[in-house]
Formats: sequence, structure tokens, C-alpha cells
Amino acid sequence: MIHPIPPGTRDVLPDEMRELRQLTETLRARFEGAGYGEISTPTMEYEDVLRRGDERAAGAGYRLFDEHGQVLVLRPDMTIPIARVVATRYQDEEPPFRLCYFGNAFREVDRRSGQAHEFLQTGIELIGMPEPQGDAEVVALAIEALSDAGLTRHRLGLGDGSLYRTLLAELEVPEEERMPLLEALSRRDLVDVAIGVDRLGLASSASDLLTRLPTLRGGPEVLELGKDEPVAPAVENLRACYELLAERGVADRVIFDLGLVRELGYYTGAVFEVYDPAVGFALGGGGRYDDLVGRFGRELPACGLALDVQRVHVALTAEEREA
Amino acid sequence: MKIAVPRGALFRETLDLLDSLGIDTSEVRSNDRKLVFPDVGIVTMRPSDVPTYVEHGAADIGITGKDVLLEQTGREVYELLDLRYGYCRMVVAEREGTNAMEESLRRLGAVRLATKYPRIAARHFADTGRQVEIVEVKGSVEIAPLTGLVDGIVDLTATGTTLAENHLVEREQICECTARLIANPVAHKLKAAEIDELIERIRGVVA
Repeated sequence: MIHPIPPGTRDVLPDEMRELRQLTETLRARFEGAGYGEISTPTMEYEDVLRRGDERAAGAGYRLFDEHGQVLVLRPDMTIPIARVVATRYQDEEPPFRLCYFGNAFREVDRRSGQAHEFLQTGIELIGMPEPQGDAEVVALAIEALSDAGLTRHRLGLGDGSLYRTLLAELEVPEEERMPLLEALSRRDLVDVAIGVDRLGLASSASDLLTRLPTLRGGPEVLELGKDEPVAPAVENLRACYELLAERGVADRVIFDLGLVRELGYYTGAVFEVYDPAVGFALGGGGRYDDLVGRFGRELPACGLALDVQRVHVALTAEEREA
Repeated sequence: MKIAVPRGALFRETLDLLDSLGIDTSEVRSNDRKLVFPDVGIVTMRPSDVPTYVEHGAADIGITGKDVLLEQTGREVYELLDLRYGYCRMVVAEREGTNAMEESLRRLGAVRLATKYPRIAARHFADTGRQVEIVEVKGSVEIAPLTGLVDGIVDLTATGTTLAENHLVEREQICECTARLIANPVAHKLKAAEIDELIERIRGVVA
């Protein structure tokens, strides 16, 4: 007799659990050691509260009603709940706040893709520290924690979530034309981006920039290419990050990526994505969200990064097998 | 680099393209049963499986039709290049001499359609404000209207020959499709130089 479990969820038996526990303990030790205290928030949040953080954040996922008919959402990520906690529970304390978490998050994904609907997430949030110091600290800590865990080939993509939007504005692309281009970029459809840019009928240097910028990725030389363009302030921040990361000895793990986009709507500056050659999906990601905590009542610049623990585990296992 | 190559209509032209890039495809051409060719980094598969292998990183890059990508929206892959070959069109067709679709819509409230592309069909009819009942079939869509299963079909046509042979006529074009180069998002970052070099070489060949 088969008693099913919902699609995208899983049972974890002792052999796997032991390895996952060892992995999370290693990560936790590094986070705690860097001053990131662990916190826990409810699995369910009011939909209204999540929507305050990001209009689209509560769009996907699982909903239920409480006994008063209020809509509850199983948390799709931990960043918005932590922004809520900081703005409400640390109203008078002196920033910055360094927090880490380990908990399950829930997302609706296409069933065909075989991705998890419920997944164990860990992450760090650095609230009250502006760019570039905050960005560099979070990036460096994530890279170091994954090295502690045993990964040797992981890389971190570093870009700026507002770069393309800024560029479109600076080049005076009409408002109504911007959204289709941004959407094509977030779908990773560079053919459609090129078609859309072509249709704008801009000068060839501007067209070239709009089609080329999303493909610029690599070492710090990428920043040289972007520094004279209308996106100089964002590129300047990435360069400042690079210098801080070089001081910490982790700059060689960073891939600068001027085309990097993240789905969530609350990012205001730097965005991150973590890669390992053994896994076809990003192990995690994050970015800077300077407006988010303010939406809950306390203006604080912030950034953070989350990792999918099971994917990190897959990467570790692959590395052990190949060794 | 591992390349996912589509068998079927795009197979020959894809191998021709790879040849012109200096990738030796003679073993692939001479061996119909074998699917994996590790020496040249080629894996062959159905076109509709290409996005799956590329999304999961089992192949770094792949080639498939735009029709496949439109049907499988939401795949986490980069669409890098229009390769220009394999041109065909996604169309709505019905039996010649009838207007079954229009009549069904007027009198029964919805058009009944058979297709291998249920998402493309649903999107097209939603976009044009018509209700539709979609019957998904796996092969030979053309026979569906002839047997009375449906009023019309949504299918891919290159020359229109198959439609004509089955006494079907095109009523609407939904979109045009060509072969596309796609890449896994992680490979796109970790193998950036290799992928960019390949794109440049392909541009030189297909432009």
C-alpha cells in the first residue's frame, strides 16, 4: 500500500540526515563565529505581511486560512520575515544586526522540473551595513562557509540587480519599452532582448551596449568594460566590493556578471548567485535590499544570501565521488 | 563542453553546423542507435528533451526548436542565439471546406482543438479572447479533425504538405520558429569563455 506525500516534498532518513546535519553544523559554526546569531521565525506568515515586503513574494506557494479567515502563507523565503523581525523587535538597538537561519521554505515550482517545493534553506542577513562593505562581508562569508563545508570549486556570481533598468533609463528608452526588455532578460532570453533592442532603433553604440551588457561576465576585467558606461556608479560599487574581497583573499572565487538578474522584486543593488560545477542550478543567491526593512518601519540598508542546503549536499557528494 | 543535439527534423542541419565549427560528427552520422558520443561531447535526444538536459546541467549547451521552448516556458535556460535554420510555423488549421472552429465557438461556446503543443495553443486562444478545449495528442495530429475528435489543430508546419495531404487548411499563424542555441545558467557563468567563443564562431557561420 502506498501512502503518498505531496509533490516536491521528501522524507529524510538517518544516513542522509546525518550528512545534512554535519553540513549545517559546519555552516552554523562559521556564521556564528562571524557574529551571525541564529534566529527562527514562524513557518507561516500573514499574506499581508509578506506582501508588504514584496508584492510578488506571496504570489507563489502555499496558502491556508486561519480560524478568522485570514490568509496565511507558508514562507517562500526567510528574508522578508527577518526584515519584519528586525524592524519590530530591534527598534532601538544600534545596527548593524548580523543574523543567520536554518529552516524550511516553500515554493510552487513547475512539477516537471523535479525541483523541491519544500526545501531546507540556510542564510545570512546583514542589516544596517551599507554597500560596499555589507555586500563584501556577506559574499566573503558565504564563500568561506562553503569552503569549510568541503566544497573546492564553488564560485559566486556578483552583479547588480538595478543595472539594466538604470541603463535603459540613462539611454532614454521609452518607459513602455523597458518592461518587455527587463522581462526578456529575466527569462534569460537573449534572442528576445536582441530583437527588442533592435526594434528601438537606437544609435548603434547604444544598441550594442544593451545587447552586450547582459553577456559581460568574468573576472575584474569585466568591470573595466563597464566603467565608462552610464552604469558607472553600480560598476564602481562592484569594484569596491572586489577590492574588499581581494583583501579577504576570496576574490578569485567571484565571477562579475553584469547580466545577473534575480527574480525577487526587493533587490536594490548588488545581487549574488552561488554556483558549483556539479549542480546545474544555482546553490543559492541573494542581494542588497535597502528598502525592505524600511517597509516594516525602520530604515536600514541591508543585504543577505541564502543557500539551498540539499543542493550544497549534492555538490559535496559529487566532489567526493570524483575525488 | 557537453552539447545536447536534437534528433529529428533539426538533426542534419545541426550536425552540419557542428561540422563547420570543427566538431567531428562523422561517428554521430554513421551510428543511428548510439545516443551518447563522449569523444566529441555530444548527446543526442528528442528535441523536446533538450531543455530538460540543459536545465539540469546534464548538457552545458543544446540546440532545439523555438516551438519546444515556447511550449516549455519557465525552463531555467539561457536562450543565446537564433540559429536561423529549421524554419517552420505554428499554425491553426481545420478541414478544408468547413468552418468548424468558428461554428463551434459561436454555437457551443468553445473551439475543440487537438495539438502536441497544449500550452502554445491555450495561450494563443486566450490572447485572442476565445474559449478552447484542448485535446493533447502525441502523434499524427492531422488525423484528429478527420475522425471527428476535434474541430481543428494547432501544429507545426514547414511546407504545408502534410496539412494538404490530409485536406486541412491553415486559418491562422501563431508564430514562426527556428532552431535556437540554449545554455545551462550555471555553465553560462562557469564556462563563459568557452561558450562566448562558440557563439562568436556560430555567428560567423550562420550570419
